[in-house]
Amino acid sequence: MSVSVKTFDTAAEAAQVLSNDRAARFMGGGTWIMRAVNEGNQSFSSVLLARDPVLRQVQVQGDRVVIGAGVTMAQILGHGELAFLHRAAKSVGGPAIRNMATVGGNLFAWHPYGDLATALLALDATVTLASGNQQQALADLLRDREREPRPVVLSVTLTRPQQGAFRFRKVSRVKPKGISLLTIAANLPQASERISGARIAYGSMADTPVRVPAVEQALEGKTLDEAGIAQAVAAATNGIEPPTDAIASSWYRKEVAPVHLKRLLLEAAS
Amino acid sequence: MTKKPVQFKLNGADKAVFVDDGQNLLDVLRRGIGDLSPKYGCGQGTCGACTVLVDGEPHLSCLVLAETMEGRQISTTGGLARDGGLDPLQDAFMDGFAAQCGFCTPGMLMAAKALLDRNPNPSRDDVIEAISGNICRCTGYEPIINAILDAAQRGSGQRTA
Repeated sequence: MSVSVKTFDTAAEAAQVLSNDRAARFMGGGTWIMRAVNEGNQSFSSVLLARDPVLRQVQVQGDRVVIGAGVTMAQILGHGELAFLHRAAKSVGGPAIRNMATVGGNLFAWHPYGDLATALLALDATVTLASGNQQQALADLLRDREREPRPVVLSVTLTRPQQGAFRFRKVSRVKPKGISLLTIAANLPQASERISGARIAYGSMADTPVRVPAVEQALEGKTLDEAGIAQAVAAATNGIEPPTDAIASSWYRKEVAPVHLKRLLLEAAS
Repeated sequence: MTKKPVQFKLNGADKAVFVDDGQNLLDVLRRGIGDLSPKYGCGQGTCGACTVLVDGEPHLSCLVLAETMEGRQISTTGGLARDGGLDPLQDAFMDGFAAQCGFCTPGMLMAAKALLDRNPNPSRDDVIEAISGNICRCTGYEPIINAILDAAQRGSGQRTA
């Protein structure tokens, strides 16, 4: 394998090199990049690492949560303040993968992976880029992540959801661990028992995790019961064209999405 | 290609090796050091056959960049047997016919060891979760799950310092 490996003290230094070298890739936990290295992927020739301690920090101040991009799924699971993300983090791989896979890596995971990114998208997360500490909405990062120059994410910032407002469901064919055919994350804050500011995100239903505005709009001002969610369930796949892959066809994904969305929303009501 | 020096402990013994740029830990263990106990299955992090413990936690050695292992403690199935006897996990696997072709067994053993070191009295669900990243195409998993529970009864988890 002919890749060179360069290690930097800060993520900003790595980002600087990455921005000038299209044949470089920044590596977090290695579960994507090393796979490509093992396969002899020729699309890159150097791997960049950073020892930056900021990448591995979790900061919780009130409801504001900042998670370093190098924090692993296992670290999320070990952090009591991040309990709302535990179901999403645990849905990623087995224990060994979770000891390695990072938050930042999940944001760049290709279809049908990226379950944690789906959860973060529904939480309206923003990312801080290593280059100049620039802030960007996660949705924008996901849309532009393949564009050159490739960014290095330093951390993810989000607001802790209301108690009981956040729900996550990964649908797989294989139990207990399988690749997602559909992942749904929903943040359903309520005011006077009415949904206000719903955020719904799907994973595995597009090339990247995506928000579902049709469902969000249909939930606005509604109650979390069968009648209240009917319109949202009917709009479950509006504007969504899921890909066909070895896990499921586009048709199948569209057929089952309303079923699982309904279950998730009613679970939130219970 | 650059060679980089790396030092770590393998099953308690100091090792100093030169690794290539981009070389994974599994390759270093098998070809560089000669510990053939971790297996190369998929090279993609899917099968778990290459599972080793890094500082006591399970990792997929095919996805670990070897040069990042400086100063770490690595444990493989090759180091499980001690004092002239097998680990209770290995005994339980033998007694329970938990291996058929045996290719997944080293990974299963290390995933199970990580579990029992942390939780000496796991539930059946804990065991299923612990080996959920390890694929076996022979046994149907039941003998493996039963063997790990049996090893817990035999005190495998208490054996590790």
